[in-house]
Amino acid sequence: MTTMTMAKALNEGLRRALEADPKVLLAGEDIGKLGGVFRITEGLQADFGENRVIDSPLAEAGIIGTAVGLAMRGYRPVLEIQFDGFVFPGFDQIVSQVAKMHARTAGRVPMPIVIRIPYGGAIGAIEHHSESPEGYFVHTPGLKVVTPSNAHDAYWMIQQAVASQDPVVFLEPKRRYHAKGDVDLHAKPLAMHQAQIVRHGRDATLLTYGPMVRTCLDAAEIAAEEGRFLDVVDLRTLSPIDWVTVTASVRRTGRAVVVHEAQRTLGVGAEIAARLHEDLFYEMEAPVLRVTGYDMPYPHSRVETEFLPSVDRILDAVDASLAY
Amino acid sequence: MRGQSDQMVQLLAPDGTRVQHDEFEFSGGPEDLVAHLRDMTFARRFDTEATALQRQGELGLWPPSLGQEAAQVGSARAVAEPDVVFPSYREHGVAHCLGVPMKQILALFRGGDAGDWEMLEKFRNYQIVIGAQTLHATGYAMGLQFDGMVGNEDPSDNAAVIAYHGDGASSQGDVNEAYVFAASYNAPVVFFCQNNQWAISEPISLQSRIPLFERARGFGFPGIQVDGNDVLAVEAVTRWAMERARSGEGPTFIEAYTYRMGAHTTSDDPTKYRADDETEQWRGRDPITRLVRHLRATDVIDDAHLAQLDADAKDYGAEIRSWVKELPVRTMDQLFDNVYAENTVALEAQRREYAEWAAGFEEVAR
Repeated sequence: MTTMTMAKALNEGLRRALEADPKVLLAGEDIGKLGGVFRITEGLQADFGENRVIDSPLAEAGIIGTAVGLAMRGYRPVLEIQFDGFVFPGFDQIVSQVAKMHARTAGRVPMPIVIRIPYGGAIGAIEHHSESPEGYFVHTPGLKVVTPSNAHDAYWMIQQAVASQDPVVFLEPKRRYHAKGDVDLHAKPLAMHQAQIVRHGRDATLLTYGPMVRTCLDAAEIAAEEGRFLDVVDLRTLSPIDWVTVTASVRRTGRAVVVHEAQRTLGVGAEIAARLHEDLFYEMEAPVLRVTGYDMPYPHSRVETEFLPSVDRILDAVDASLAY
Repeated sequence: MRGQSDQMVQLLAPDGTRVQHDEFEFSGGPEDLVAHLRDMTFARRFDTEATALQRQGELGLWPPSLGQEAAQVGSARAVAEPDVVFPSYREHGVAHCLGVPMKQILALFRGGDAGDWEMLEKFRNYQIVIGAQTLHATGYAMGLQFDGMVGNEDPSDNAAVIAYHGDGASSQGDVNEAYVFAASYNAPVVFFCQNNQWAISEPISLQSRIPLFERARGFGFPGIQVDGNDVLAVEAVTRWAMERARSGEGPTFIEAYTYRMGAHTTSDDPTKYRADDETEQWRGRDPITRLVRHLRATDVIDDAHLAQLDADAKDYGAEIRSWVKELPVRTMDQLFDNVYAENTVALEAQRREYAEWAAGFEEVAR
């Protein structure tokens, strides 16, 4: 075991990916000499050269669109979008080109592209720097969407994403970049599209991902002190969702609360609620509840803690679920 | 004409006479011109048949290339063996020249598939989102550069990319970003813009207040305007630009100044927005008539040659019509296969759900 931050784990994972396959390229704004605004690619250009760690012009559609061409040429581009709110200028290239190319060409042109996006709030940022855009990508067939919540998963999942033959939107919970964790550099990792039960309980299940996993674990700790034992499921993969792990937990507890920063309507929580009601209707003791961002544009930072799911809001939802 | 520069490269005037140019000359001989005439005639026949097939309900939609045959055949003939083409959705003449099975182009517009023809590695899939392919072309060209396929001493080791787009696309962000990326990385890509004067109902004056080729300078690479209805000039200019790209001199923008004689697509009605006399004026610059005049005046071809060409084109037309009903349709099962390279459990479940639903009808039918 090695202890490192999630940021360092991503850096190490990218280094392994660059070493493993000469076709792997990194591209994005400021990722070269600067190492990215979050320093995720620090030192990589110095070690792998300007043709493999490429500073891009300031144009997101250009970054994604040229990666489509590079992928057609046999490369495996790993792209950095500087902040969540800046992915939208590249949105058309992602949803119309990257996502559909394999289907449009009857499987003859794969798009092994990774689009890394630091996402989520609670960093006191100016607008467009705290968004949770996962819903758009989860809704788009042809894309896969994953999000690690800790350093160990970050190290392994970025390598798995690079190895994937399908395009992967790789969401990095930026508020957890500097959280340290143990990374096992040698153990066989969990498959990328598997969820993980990160705390075992019996009374209700918290279903969450990315930045909210830590918050849910904190909530579960407090609940345990009050004699309520919660399962916490780290989804890890949002497209596809690992229904086997999700339904196994909820079948056991009979109650589910979904927690995410993204706005509520048609979010990941909506899909989970619909699916659990389809599959486990007779086994559930309460309707699926959601603790999410409110349906408003992400607020200015002085009030963002009111917008974001908190331990208290999660525990209130658990109380409501248990009261059914 | 508006947007036509006095620097426009022309080697063959509309009346069929050859024009001398200080920098460009047509490198081929009479036999090449005869071949070009045949290509243009066949490309027009294909387009005419496809337009008719749409009117008969056999195709869902058709974007005609009528009038743009010289721009397409001339540029396609400058594409060498290792070069790669990124078309928009109207490059039927280019496809014809490169040997793409043309029935597969019809399959796309019949609604049978999404355009995954043979030779996809050479002539990439059609792009309906205006201008999106220019970025793909630029990225591919960057890849050629990383692969060491540019600027080698042996020319056969070099390759370039040609990206087709229209005048309307020149307003798209993607296209302008492609110019920036191509310039910044000195990518071996030629942007071949067919300025056919109209983006559906919008005239070129709405897209650009200066001749399009002049924009290239602002991006940091050469722009050149060529008479897009002059197959000799188009081929000469495109050969020059492709060679620049292959030898490591970077991107070039070519504005092929031409005219869309037909509608934008078969869903369009050009009489609503453009004057008949404009179309008539352009008819006088027809690319095929021009070449015929030249070849007749120089006694390269005679009436018998033209009669045979006409008969061959008619036969080709009959062949095209025979293809349509045989075109396969990709099944739902194939679609479920192709969303992902590595399919998901959830989508496999939906495949079964669909199969069970569809099977229910078979039982009823029995």
